[in-house]
Amino acid sequence: MIGGGLAGLTSAIGAARAGADVRLVSYKQSTLRNASGLVDVLGYAPGGDGPVVDPYEVIPDLPDEHPYRTVGVQRVRDAMALFDEVAPDYRGSHTDANALLPTHGGTVKPTARYPAGARAGLASDDRDVLLVGFESMVDFDAPHVAAHLEAAGVPFDVRGVTVPFPGDLRADAKITRFAKLLDTNADVSVRGRDRPARDALAERINPELDDQQRVGFPAILGDDDPAGVRAALADRLGAEVFEVPMGPPSLPGLRLEDALFEALDEAGARFETGNPVVEFDGDDRIERVYVEKNGAKIPQRAEQYVLATGGLVGKGVESDRESVSEPVFDCHVAHADDRYEWFDTDAFGDHPFARFGVETDHELRPLDDGGSVEFENLRAAGSVLGGYDFAAEKSGSGVSIATGHAAGEAAAEVAR
Amino acid sequence: MSDAESPVDDTADHDIDGGDEPTFDPNEPNTGEEFEAVDVFPDSDDFDLRPGADSCYKCSTCDTNCPVAEVDDDFPGPKFQGPEQWRLKQTDDDYGVDDSVMDCSNCMRCDNACPSGVPLSQMHNAARGEYVSEEMDKLSVEYWRNRILANYRTSAWFASKVPRLANVAMNFGPARWLMEKTMGVTAEREFPTFATETFREWWASEGGADGSRERARAARERRGEDPDADKKVAYFHGCYSNYNSPEVGKALVRVYEHFGYELVVPEQKCSGTPMFANGMLADARRHAEVNVSSMSDLVDQGYDAVASCTSCSMALRQEYPELFDIDGIDEVASHTFESVEYLRIHEDVRDAIAEADVDGDLATEFAYHAPCHARNQGLDRQAVELFRDLEDVGIEDVGESCSGISGTYGWKAEKYEKSMAIGEEMFEHMESAEGQTGMTECPTCASQMEHGTGYEIRHPMELLEAAIVE
Repeated sequence: MIGGGLAGLTSAIGAARAGADVRLVSYKQSTLRNASGLVDVLGYAPGGDGPVVDPYEVIPDLPDEHPYRTVGVQRVRDAMALFDEVAPDYRGSHTDANALLPTHGGTVKPTARYPAGARAGLASDDRDVLLVGFESMVDFDAPHVAAHLEAAGVPFDVRGVTVPFPGDLRADAKITRFAKLLDTNADVSVRGRDRPARDALAERINPELDDQQRVGFPAILGDDDPAGVRAALADRLGAEVFEVPMGPPSLPGLRLEDALFEALDEAGARFETGNPVVEFDGDDRIERVYVEKNGAKIPQRAEQYVLATGGLVGKGVESDRESVSEPVFDCHVAHADDRYEWFDTDAFGDHPFARFGVETDHELRPLDDGGSVEFENLRAAGSVLGGYDFAAEKSGSGVSIATGHAAGEAAAEVAR
Repeated sequence: MSDAESPVDDTADHDIDGGDEPTFDPNEPNTGEEFEAVDVFPDSDDFDLRPGADSCYKCSTCDTNCPVAEVDDDFPGPKFQGPEQWRLKQTDDDYGVDDSVMDCSNCMRCDNACPSGVPLSQMHNAARGEYVSEEMDKLSVEYWRNRILANYRTSAWFASKVPRLANVAMNFGPARWLMEKTMGVTAEREFPTFATETFREWWASEGGADGSRERARAARERRGEDPDADKKVAYFHGCYSNYNSPEVGKALVRVYEHFGYELVVPEQKCSGTPMFANGMLADARRHAEVNVSSMSDLVDQGYDAVASCTSCSMALRQEYPELFDIDGIDEVASHTFESVEYLRIHEDVRDAIAEADVDGDLATEFAYHAPCHARNQGLDRQAVELFRDLEDVGIEDVGESCSGISGTYGWKAEKYEKSMAIGEEMFEHMESAEGQTGMTECPTCASQMEHGTGYEIRHPMELLEAAIVE
């Protein structure tokens, strides 16, 4: 398995559970720490129709080249069931319908699964909300988020306040600093007196609280023990506490990364991060890949390979001014010769580049420009696949999980 | 099967000798072949750090990996220390390196975090070197304290001449009190014990390279391998295995000879790790020149270098080529490996472990801590993955937190509290783990683990020896 994101991890967990001897290699730490932690399946149909109520009803009508069509709707269900098993701190599996979650930009996002810590923030809940932002944490401007949510027509009153986080934190304190203080309930200095961080924070918020029954924070409420932090704050505030998922770097993403690597470990797989796969041997079949370590190239041989290196952001798909390519196996990536046809002039338009990626056969094996299988023992999963626009559809996580599951299981079946 | 594919023959031909460059380099500008970069900052720096600074898109993932920023409200984090500070320096002639660079512990975890391949630790090392050489007062106590700590090898060399006396003197209360008051070396820690026989003295008594050649040949015959097979490694023991924990070096020799490798133990100095961390780049270079010169001769003769300390292997394979331009440095870097890593690449260690068992004190549960420097080399899982299949032994990873000592960092009086605050999470996880014995590859992590929990700490080579060497 090449790649340590959601697709690679799901693929590796699935294959290891199916009895294969699995090794996952990832060039760097998982990019999950850049993910919001919300796990979507399909929020909007192509063309922008939505929000979608039930993704599973819409999947059969997606275009033929969409990865969901390749793996089929039942696979998406099976894959999400695996996800629910390995991510016990996630909610939303009780229904096929999408949940609606507030985002840190003040929009409402349709998503299939959400962290337990975000549950009390559901936009479909009609209890009033107080949003709390912190001075100098510019990624979450609580009054602005509240105004946006009201404008979006949420069925509750929402007010946003900004308070200084207790203690003398530097203006650009890291999210891990906030999380550490709350995890350990360490003393912070408030007007010259030492107070435990959780108490001091609650004391700052209590005067702002009218009769709201829930209080939302940016997602910094603990790394090691987020449930404990939320419970302690809820107790001191007399209201339910939730986190609003944030942009990178993201603690909900980090926590999901931890849960998935733990599941991978329990499944008996081996994994290594820090060194890239740079080359391979093989023609119709991949014989071996080479992992580069400070100039040494270490051969690694497997019977089956899964390519889950990500898309344009994750560098699983690369582009320069002349062309678009897949850098590890040089799989074919279809694109127009003229790069001015790669994008739409409207910023939020229908950009062809958003769909760049490898095309596959029904078993997720990448195809060359003539439509033949590139390598009989290589499958692709996640954002390296083409044919869908995850940002517009809100389908990134679901496609990674579903195609990762399918690729991992198919690889395991052949390899056993 | 082994974890990597075994090379086709025994001469490590997986490796490159002037072979093709890797095809995938995330640091290369992706603007296309016709594009020529404009040289905006013509005489900016000794190291060309611009591609790194340009590759940073400020996602801040590095900051979430920084163990210092998590506990220290004055530390601005790796993104600032690296790309941001570098850019500030290019545009403003008056801008000196911020003194907070001295609070970076050089754990290098940020390197492994960056999705854009920004060479953060290289930027930090360069900035710290510049700060120490241009801004730090050479008459200050801090400078000399750091210099003495960084040159641990020199102190250890003296101490090893009179190990029993040194052991008493270095832990003599009033002397330590005085050291803290005058030099800023914390009195809270126990000094490492000096062995009464260094590894090199033991090695000589075992017949040195000639003895090893005979034993390795016998092992190859016993294993049914070609007795003339070219299995040769040069051992970089570093300071600690030589002066303080020779049992690690001895275990390595026995394990490697068991697999039919003949060893040499070439002339060597400190790897430079504590010098990089203290910005003493001139000292580090002096030591690196000796190491590279003796190792590159051996690499030319077909040897690979192995180190039992993950910081030593990190220095030779990453920091040297990033910071110095010494003849043969790239060849040495690409032929250097950590000792467990090398065996996992070349030998069927997994099978050997599956058939082995252990008795004695090592038949126990281990609380394993992966050193930060092991993470960047992709080695943080090797001990757990290897030993979880070993009968009579249990191993549990105590998590991804940093131990907090970072070599000399936790020895500085003003950083002691911070070092222990960083280590707190590891201590707690060790105590909740089943084992009462610790394990790690890094000798200074080991001393912090011992300091925080009182556990005895072992090296993976010691367990490998107990499992597979008769």
